[in-house]
Amino acid sequence: MSEPILRVEGLRVTFDHPQGLVQAVDDVSFALAPGERFGLAGESGSGKSTLALAILRMIKPPGRIAGGEVWLAGRRMADLDGEGIRTLRLAGIALVPQGSMNSLNPVLRIGRQITDAFADHGQHLGRSEQERRVRALLAEVGLPENVARMYPHELSGGMKQRACIAVAISLRPSVIIADEPTSALDVVVQRQVMATLARVQQDLAAAVILIGHDIGLMAQFVDRLAVMYAGRLVEVAPIAEIIAQPRHPYTRALIAALPSLERRGTLAGIPGLAPLLRDLPPGCAFHPRCPQAMDRCHIEKPMVRDVAGGQVACHLA
Amino acid sequence: MIPLIEAANVSKRFTGGLGREGTLALAGLSLAIHVEKPSIIAVVGESGSGKTTFARLLLGLAEPSGGEIRYHGVDLKRLDREAWRAFRHDVQAVFQDPYGVYNPFYRVDHVLATPLRRFRLAASRAQARELIREALRTVGLQPEEILGRFPHQLSGGQRQRVMVARALLLQPKLIVADEPVSMVDASLRATILGSLRQLTDEHGISILYITHDLATAYQLSDSILVLYRAQLVEAGAVERVVTAPHHPYTQLLVSAVPRADTTRDWLARDEPSRPNALAPTAAGCRFAERCPLAMPVCLAAPPSLYRIEPRRAVACVQYQDHPALPPGDPGEVLSG
Repeated sequence: MSEPILRVEGLRVTFDHPQGLVQAVDDVSFALAPGERFGLAGESGSGKSTLALAILRMIKPPGRIAGGEVWLAGRRMADLDGEGIRTLRLAGIALVPQGSMNSLNPVLRIGRQITDAFADHGQHLGRSEQERRVRALLAEVGLPENVARMYPHELSGGMKQRACIAVAISLRPSVIIADEPTSALDVVVQRQVMATLARVQQDLAAAVILIGHDIGLMAQFVDRLAVMYAGRLVEVAPIAEIIAQPRHPYTRALIAALPSLERRGTLAGIPGLAPLLRDLPPGCAFHPRCPQAMDRCHIEKPMVRDVAGGQVACHLA
Repeated sequence: MIPLIEAANVSKRFTGGLGREGTLALAGLSLAIHVEKPSIIAVVGESGSGKTTFARLLLGLAEPSGGEIRYHGVDLKRLDREAWRAFRHDVQAVFQDPYGVYNPFYRVDHVLATPLRRFRLAASRAQARELIREALRTVGLQPEEILGRFPHQLSGGQRQRVMVARALLLQPKLIVADEPVSMVDASLRATILGSLRQLTDEHGISILYITHDLATAYQLSDSILVLYRAQLVEAGAVERVVTAPHHPYTQLLVSAVPRADTTRDWLARDEPSRPNALAPTAAGCRFAERCPLAMPVCLAAPPSLYRIEPRRAVACVQYQDHPALPPGDPGEVLSG
């Protein structure tokens, strides 16, 4: 692998809770190659969005980064002050947030929301240059020029999501984090938005972290998939391998929980509920729901081990 | 046999106010729900297809602009008090948002006990308690973990299953479930859909499953109606419609579902933005502007519904050699 564009090592996020400390992200490590599409899958509450916010150093109290390091293009994020981090966001690493409907400012025109990003990053451009850049960005995400003069409420869900992508790529970041970018959209629109994201990502040669729970979407979009459970990465592998031969029982269950369009009566749920992070079971956090749990899984927490092509944290694999 | 509930050529137009034309949310659609043979019928479409409008009309929560909804053959508007009460009992709803339907100040028990009291379904408190516990167990919940709790203490999946238990308590004949699993995790989706299937197979309750998700519709239902911008485009046995879609829109919908296989041709099959050179009209097929097969005739008038197989009807001129059905009325294509 070439020099990673993003490297996360031993990242931990904790939240202060009246009943004790909650580990929302527990010792997460991975690295992204430039231009790579990396998926982060898991149920709600597994810590995937918290991990994204931690990478961006956007964790707010009562949460805090309790340990670990993040390097972006060889620079240690912890060495940067508030201003340095702020400059890095959008220009180095950008977020396409979940629920784009709510992340655009309802009282500003789309064009203004894009030019704000330039001004914010010290690029004071002339009006015609600003307009030219906005037009180019809108064209890049497949939106017509007149969208620049529109307010968010005048756009459909798919158009708003593309506008968010336009904002995210306005300063040509090398890493784009897309947090469930299409969860509120219809399937046909979802594919259009994902095709747009794929295209701009290729144009920028940016790496993408796609966060979501739809394994079908992951299978069709990412190069490598990380599966998160109770704050930890339990399996990381190239997508073709993980789909063909999932090693962790939780990954297998997630894939089986995807309703098939080929065979009826194949839909299987995952028994039990995701554990509460403040009250994790001892040993492997998945053992109460695992069909293959052994005595050892109740006591000993499985470490992440390298296996052919990836990593897995399971005593069985 | 008079159906329990029947939509007879119902349409809904939301007015624009002050003489503006308004939006046609549902063009004439007919559907008869016979409960002698309980089944699950899915109504599938994207936002703006009219599927939720149709659910609201069937539940009597909105009035149709044209046509009527009939309960035992009588227009809902003409039901007397007694019959309205019976309708309210026979037809139950499960809604999308398992967060919005609870009153946060009451314990969960409240939403279960109220309908029992309302319809006097239990002779005593002890019996009411037993009925509630039984309903919770049927949907796979442990009564001890649920009763006495407040809504915020339950997970989204638990809350949604409590709503299914509530609908079950009343022993209705039909449940209208509008996107019951769109807000719960994939892992729980199967469990909730399994509970719904059980209501039909073991308790004889018919279900109208309203969703945008073709894959869960395929897994859950027996027959399916596909709507596109207020018009019915395809209907029939779910197995036929999903595995071999015939309407160009249904084909697009099926192809747009990302699958967990490694062929990875999903993005490459993205829809072209201008598939034909025709200028859309208000009068014709609503899908014409996006249809790769559109012809000038598609713009002239809405297509008829053609019965191309015993258990399938398609509203597309490609199939005009087949027998035509009344517009928007798949009739026995669904019951078969």
